[in-house]
Amino acid sequence: MSDILLRASGIHKSFVGVHALKGVSLEIAPGEIHCLAGENGCGKSTLIKIISGVYQPDAGSIEFDGKRLDKITPIDAILLGIQVIYQDFSVFPNLTVMENLALNSELSNKRKVVNWKRMRQIAEEAVAKINFQVDLDALVGTLSVAQKQMVAISRALMFNARLIIMDEPTTALTRKEVQALFKVIMQLKAQGIAILFVSHKLNEVFEISERFTIFRNGELVVTGQTKDLDAAKFSYYMTGRAFSEEQFTATKLGDKPLLEVKNLGLAGAFSDISFSLRSGEILGITGLLDSGRSELALALFGIRQADSGEILIKGKKTAITCPQDAINNGLGLVPEDRLSEGLFLPRSIADNLIIAEVDRLANRFKVFDREKRQEEVDRLMKEFAIASPNANNACQTLSGGNQQRVVLGKWLACGLDILVLNGPTVGVDIGSKHDIHAILQNLAREGMGIIIISDDLPEVIQNCSRVIILKEGKIVQELDAAEATEQAILSKMM
Amino acid sequence: MQKNLKKLTKRSEPYIFLVVLALCLLIEVRSGQFFTANNLVDIASAMVVPGLFAIGTFMVIVSGGIDVSFPALASLTSYATTKILLDAGYTGGIWLPILMSMAMGALLGAFNGVFIGFLGLPAMIVTLGSSSVFKGLMQGALNSVQLTVIPKGMQSFGTSALFVATNPVSGLTSRMPLGFLVFAAVLILSFFIMRYTFFGRGIYAIGGNEVSAHRAGFHTKRTKFLLYVFVGMTASLAGLIRTCMMQQNHPTNMLGMEMNIIAGVVLGGTAITGGAGSLTGCMLGTLLIVIVENSMILIGIPTIWKSVFVGALIIIGTGISAYQVVRANRTGGFKSRIREVKA
Repeated sequence: MSDILLRASGIHKSFVGVHALKGVSLEIAPGEIHCLAGENGCGKSTLIKIISGVYQPDAGSIEFDGKRLDKITPIDAILLGIQVIYQDFSVFPNLTVMENLALNSELSNKRKVVNWKRMRQIAEEAVAKINFQVDLDALVGTLSVAQKQMVAISRALMFNARLIIMDEPTTALTRKEVQALFKVIMQLKAQGIAILFVSHKLNEVFEISERFTIFRNGELVVTGQTKDLDAAKFSYYMTGRAFSEEQFTATKLGDKPLLEVKNLGLAGAFSDISFSLRSGEILGITGLLDSGRSELALALFGIRQADSGEILIKGKKTAITCPQDAINNGLGLVPEDRLSEGLFLPRSIADNLIIAEVDRLANRFKVFDREKRQEEVDRLMKEFAIASPNANNACQTLSGGNQQRVVLGKWLACGLDILVLNGPTVGVDIGSKHDIHAILQNLAREGMGIIIISDDLPEVIQNCSRVIILKEGKIVQELDAAEATEQAILSKMM
Repeated sequence: MQKNLKKLTKRSEPYIFLVVLALCLLIEVRSGQFFTANNLVDIASAMVVPGLFAIGTFMVIVSGGIDVSFPALASLTSYATTKILLDAGYTGGIWLPILMSMAMGALLGAFNGVFIGFLGLPAMIVTLGSSSVFKGLMQGALNSVQLTVIPKGMQSFGTSALFVATNPVSGLTSRMPLGFLVFAAVLILSFFIMRYTFFGRGIYAIGGNEVSAHRAGFHTKRTKFLLYVFVGMTASLAGLIRTCMMQQNHPTNMLGMEMNIIAGVVLGGTAITGGAGSLTGCMLGTLLIVIVENSMILIGIPTIWKSVFVGALIIIGTGISAYQVVRANRTGGFKSRIREVKA
């Protein structure tokens, strides 16, 4: 037994025209929790796929447990004890927990015939390892995200795992669930299992990992002890840029409210919500996942209809029964999940940018005007600095940050007065997050009224001039920028 | 017990069973002829061919695919088998025709399977295309015409009966064809495959999430290929049995059956998006369609209105399940859906 479990050195990998990894190295000791960080497209995922046998490196070597690995397949990696827990967990929503847990090991034993009794035994053993309480006969599709992740972890443990790679495991978890996950990770560590934890969330890196490695543009930037790291260094390593995050103060506050919400309620989600928003200000709304914050966003935009209370826009009572009503009244929503609710991923960037204002791009015969469209697309690409060589590329080729800019650009193209953003920087890397904040602050200075709904407290505190805290569907507190500290918000939120 | 009962209400099979039962009772009340021995045998006999088609269609839909080429495939293989054996003056038993048509079915199924499984093309497009190719081969290359005589062995297979049921009142008799045994055997085999082999569980897994299935260690391409081969074999078997039961081969009268078969499978609770469904539900859904097609005349509805009723049934049946999904999303299921989307 050597004291290094995995040693990857000098790994190169190119895809058609793109040099994804330029000689990176990574070392992990048994029982170590190692954090791999980096912005989107930095080569993290490529390295994971090389370690787990999905890709073959062009150059460089991988040693596992002192043995050199050459041309391994995913199955070889699994048999060696390397397990990857993907972001989507790779579970089958249509099958039971039991089957999800047992399938992999039965398949790797090359079984042809199903023995349900044995499958149940395997599943029971698997959940027992991390003390995971779950109905084995429930369909995985009915479980919560956190439970699905536990299914994936239990499944991974069945193969005498020595190294578990978790690809951004906390993206869709609540704080409480993250804590539960960390507890499980510590248990695994105690059993001598090494964890490679891929994340770009700073607080998690500090909390869980002992050592870290940061990649940027396919190169190793730094590797070292987590205790030597601080927030400024972390973002500098990640992006190569030094940020001075600017605290937003409303400079051009309108005198009349742009949006007034009075006693708004929706059964089962929220009740008695009242607040107002003036032009030029950024209002923060925060709360836990079940606080009703997402439903409130949907109700403002007319996707769900509030069943009591009223909404006034520019002093006029307005019925918002569908998204079209909201858009006609100058209100836009950047949804929580831009991938499924905000973008047409396979369509081009250009199509996505102009979709909300498509009516205005017609000529006088009501026929789509190609020249006008091109002008508009060029203007928006430039204004939002969307990094793509060609506006006709599919939206799914963009990084998270650039995708979010497209969503923003789409709304701003139609000249809105009010913009509601639900989790505007979820899954976006630090550099883009900074840019998106700057865009929002600028928009507010130009007189737009903005509502940021987010549970990322530093984001809320830094960008909002007022913060409303929701708990179990009700407003529990409204704070001014001056009073809004992380501690103050947390104490009201929980 | 209570837990099991609660689980039962969440499945779709009990509902479709109740609908079938209600329809049977309605026909019985109106005509007094439904629960007679000969009518029940007639329905069982009418189930054989659609039932065989439905089994294959069910498996394909569970895998997340679709097959609209099976009527053309069955027509081509049954026509080719009958024609070749007639020309050769074959006088032997049923085994050679069965083997011949199934071998051809496997070959044509493999044609679908190569494109869908190994090349990853959309199943709808491939089978629409192959459906046209199969029809073209039959009508062009084989110059198909109606064959009013079929080989001896097939003739006697079609006319021999397991037993004969007689209606004591009218004296009408109905034969339970040997083909029903074949149908039952294929049904049992498919049930075993889907439930007790990793090939079958792989079909469910692929229908749930193909990428995950690959990561879990299923040979997804091979599984899909073999699935279409199997479907080709069951479809060709159905085509041959139909020829035997009708005592003649009409090259085009199976064409167009695909919609009713798919409808029956979906009515039986198989998710058209793949991954979910049971053979029990699939058989109940097919039975419902068969009863509507065969028994409307017993309650005095002229056969010309049959297709209207089948169509209405499809719209109502699938509409109800679609509505339930919408309602689940509106109410309690909403939050969990939001979280699902994030995952």
